[in-house]
Amino acid sequence: MRNVYGYIWVMAAVSYAVRVLPLTLIRRPLKSRFLQSFLYYVPYVTLAVMTFPAILDATQSPVSGLLALLAGIAAAWMGAGLFPVALVCCAVVFAAEWFL
Amino acid sequence: MSENTKAFGEGMRDGVPIAVGYFAVALSIGMAARSVGLTPLQGLLASLLNNASAGEYAGFTVIAAGASYLEMALVILIANARYLLMSCALSQRLRPGTGLGHRLLMGFDVTDEIFAITIARPGWLNPFYTYGAMSLCIPCWGAGTGLGVIIGNLLPARAVSAFSVALYGMFLAVIIPPSRKSRVVACLVALSFAASYAASVAPGLSSLSAGTRTIILTVALAGGAALLFPVPAGEEAGKEGPEHA
Repeated sequence: MRNVYGYIWVMAAVSYAVRVLPLTLIRRPLKSRFLQSFLYYVPYVTLAVMTFPAILDATQSPVSGLLALLAGIAAAWMGAGLFPVALVCCAVVFAAEWFL
Repeated sequence: MSENTKAFGEGMRDGVPIAVGYFAVALSIGMAARSVGLTPLQGLLASLLNNASAGEYAGFTVIAAGASYLEMALVILIANARYLLMSCALSQRLRPGTGLGHRLLMGFDVTDEIFAITIARPGWLNPFYTYGAMSLCIPCWGAGTGLGVIIGNLLPARAVSAFSVALYGMFLAVIIPPSRKSRVVACLVALSFAASYAASVAPGLSSLSAGTRTIILTVALAGGAALLFPVPAGEEAGKEGPEHA
């Protein structure tokens, strides 16, 4: 087995490169309308894809995950901010898993 | 109070639920680190330097297998490739004159959650907002991992599920309000949920890692939306709200 610290530094270097290269190399707004639009839509798609169905596996029971998803969507729809929505999701799971 | 101090404070405020969720998730990462023979210090260091849960899990399996450094680099590249897209999206929201130092520092902690709260800010991004969130989230992530190596996960399972769902709650708080304002965004979010579910059960696609599926779906769906519904000039980047930086 190779040196654990060697592995950790390789992990760190690649993780950092992936994150920092676009931010440092793309220094101004892109000219292409398509790329601008693409990057405008990226956050919505990425975050939605990462949320569902993963939220169903994050909990002890998929039912509590589903309830948290619905409660979170409702709270965010009604204008609750980051912290309140997170709290609502937590509370729903915590309560639901008393019963499930 | 200066604009930057205010932004830093707001970043800390929004970072609290992330930091709590990170701490709970990091305990499990620490257990994974212990199972491949890492010491608490090595677990702490791996987390402080990587800030990526799926990436770290993947990295630990490479360590356990005793594979080459090149293989480690490829595994981490694939596990973390989605951050490349996120970093591209962030680059378009920084005021063009933003210095190299800010770019290097912000790039250090492009995680799913910190990306989410940063990109949700109106106008040009103020790096100090991100620094505020990082100041809480990085220590909690590292400490949780180190502690997880030492004592395992001492939180009850119910608490871990509740805290990890908090992180998904943050994502919802970012994507739902714009869905209410724009029908295109609403349809895109709904389509993303459906496509993500379909890809998680479809033969072939479901055997890919979640990170790889995220990239494929993001490129396909955001690309399709950009072709069909190009954003009107001036609505993208930092121009839609009051200027913050």
